[in-house]
Amino acid sequence: MLEYTQKIRDIARKLLEKGTVDVFIGYRKGSVPMMNEPVLVKNPAEVDLLHWDSHCGLNLCNYLTKRADRVGIVANGCNSRNIVTHIIENQIKREQLYIVGLPCTGMIDHRAVKRTMGNKEILDVTETNDSFTVSGNGFRETFKKKDFLRTNCATCLHRNPVEYDEMVAEPVPEQEGVNPFKDIEVLEKKSPEEKRKFFTQLISSCLRCYACRNVCPLCYCPTCFVDESRPQWVGKSTDPVDTLTFHFLRAYHCAGRCTDCGACERVCPVGISMRQFTKKLNKDAFELFGWEAGTRMDQRPPLDVYRVDDYNEFVK
Amino acid sequence: MLKKSFSKEKWTEALIGLQSAYKVFVPVKEGDFHNFRLLETGRKPNFEFQNTRLSPKSVILPQSERMFEYTLDESKEDAHVVKEAAKDFSPQAIVGIRPCDAFAFELVRINFDNPQFQDPWWVRRMESTILVGFGCNDPCASCFCTSVGNGPFSEKGLDALMIDLGDRYLVRSLTSKGEAFLGKVEFGAEADDALLKKALSLPRAAEKKISSKVPVDHLRGKGVNELFNAPFWERVSFACINCGTCTFLCPTCWCFDIQDEVAGKEGDRIRNWDACMFPLFTLHGSGHNPRDKKLQRVRQRFMHKLKYYVDKYGNGPACVGCGRCVQHCPVNIDIRKVSELMNGY
Repeated sequence: MLEYTQKIRDIARKLLEKGTVDVFIGYRKGSVPMMNEPVLVKNPAEVDLLHWDSHCGLNLCNYLTKRADRVGIVANGCNSRNIVTHIIENQIKREQLYIVGLPCTGMIDHRAVKRTMGNKEILDVTETNDSFTVSGNGFRETFKKKDFLRTNCATCLHRNPVEYDEMVAEPVPEQEGVNPFKDIEVLEKKSPEEKRKFFTQLISSCLRCYACRNVCPLCYCPTCFVDESRPQWVGKSTDPVDTLTFHFLRAYHCAGRCTDCGACERVCPVGISMRQFTKKLNKDAFELFGWEAGTRMDQRPPLDVYRVDDYNEFVK
Repeated sequence: MLKKSFSKEKWTEALIGLQSAYKVFVPVKEGDFHNFRLLETGRKPNFEFQNTRLSPKSVILPQSERMFEYTLDESKEDAHVVKEAAKDFSPQAIVGIRPCDAFAFELVRINFDNPQFQDPWWVRRMESTILVGFGCNDPCASCFCTSVGNGPFSEKGLDALMIDLGDRYLVRSLTSKGEAFLGKVEFGAEADDALLKKALSLPRAAEKKISSKVPVDHLRGKGVNELFNAPFWERVSFACINCGTCTFLCPTCWCFDIQDEVAGKEGDRIRNWDACMFPLFTLHGSGHNPRDKKLQRVRQRFMHKLKYYVDKYGNGPACVGCGRCVQHCPVNIDIRKVSELMNGY
């Protein structure tokens, strides 16, 4: 994927020079290892800021909400699915966008890398196509990227963009025989009491910083329910009941909309696996409605549609 | 002043033995990182860290704290009377605090304990707390304490200092509080000259390892309005998602919000950490929000730390260079770069 960087710069320059777009959204290389920073480029002279590698694990669709200008944006599989979701939810218009499609071979799990290196401080990470090298004071080790993929990337079924104006490379083969829901199948077998214990433990270190919510392109409500003060729905202390309420409600608001991009887990400062909430809902959306969020533009999502032939009696 | 040396095992054992005299807060490994926790049965101190994920500021300013309690039950005599909630100010010690985090308490003291205002709980907790620092042999690449008036072995704000000598800890008391604490610690021997000499070279060696140099020398001379209106805020703030990671992880962020929570007829008045990154932070009762845009909120955080605080108190920026926000900002907004922009504007 490293060769994408130059292509992204070339395309962005062309788009900005021709005036096809007003701004271009991508990543710039970060100031700490395994971190990149979303960047808005307005001037063709600045396109060399743009960068792509296996640490672009946020979701740039988050920066599109309610923009009024014409925007060029890079999008891999999951990000493109969120752009589709944004379009069908009227957060941006398709004709405002120039989507630069990036076939994706997955992002590196920075936590797993740090865990493996233990107390050795990582000062630099470089990568080739299928491996990466971690170095610091007195050590230098090379790993295979496939052994350190983020868990959502390891089981990703849409590595290629579903919607784009231009691709920077030929599509990569989609993964076959992967099951994204293995852990959820285990969770489903638990008793209600065990589930409660599991989720309570899962979020026990939550700081209520809302990084998971704020980094998610689905969370664009003008005022989130946890921020409402008239009336106030949720307490703001660290009471576990309030924290659990936040996580459950956030997850349910993402039902049938989540693309499992993993940005929420990427950003959590205390490493909570909050995809355990959303993945169950993704599984339900798939099993009950055959729905994978953001894969099609010609159909309304199952939870915002009314159909006379609905098999549920209660809606009739 | 006492100077004692301990084998690493005996030091841990000694801390466990102190629990009857103090509530002892120590770094504990939890999953992938360390945090300060109350030492109790089943918990083991672990001093193998560069820094803890959160600073121990919550020991003094808990993330959520019951300030007052009241009843709305009018059959009771004290209905609607707001009473102070029960609090515990028994002696406690934070053992293994890095010098940056200890210095942070000195910086925030100006807010909680000044001639005009004293926050009773912050003040009493600080009074009952002993800070046993832990010299930093291996500062992180994102650390810049030496740029902001501190250092990896700084003694500012500390009652005692632990120094890692490889197989042993040298612990020196720095105040009478620290001496009383160290006097109660079991085991350990009076440190001999050889050990003290060995420890002498460590601060310089650690300072040399600090690769981040952050310019802050011109901040005071800059015009507030010029910096406020500087064009770079748009770029600095673009990526920000307005979460609370930077503020919650920051040892010098002190802001809080006060909330009433009522269950049935019993109410609590609670103060919770708040963050200037949250839109709600400045939302007025009228519905007006003077900082309703991301740019304004991001600017506020950096202006507060690197300009308003500097101008108002004249004791340097409200930043101790611990590097937590640098490492953990979800979108890589780097205070080192922002300070450079402001200082050089």
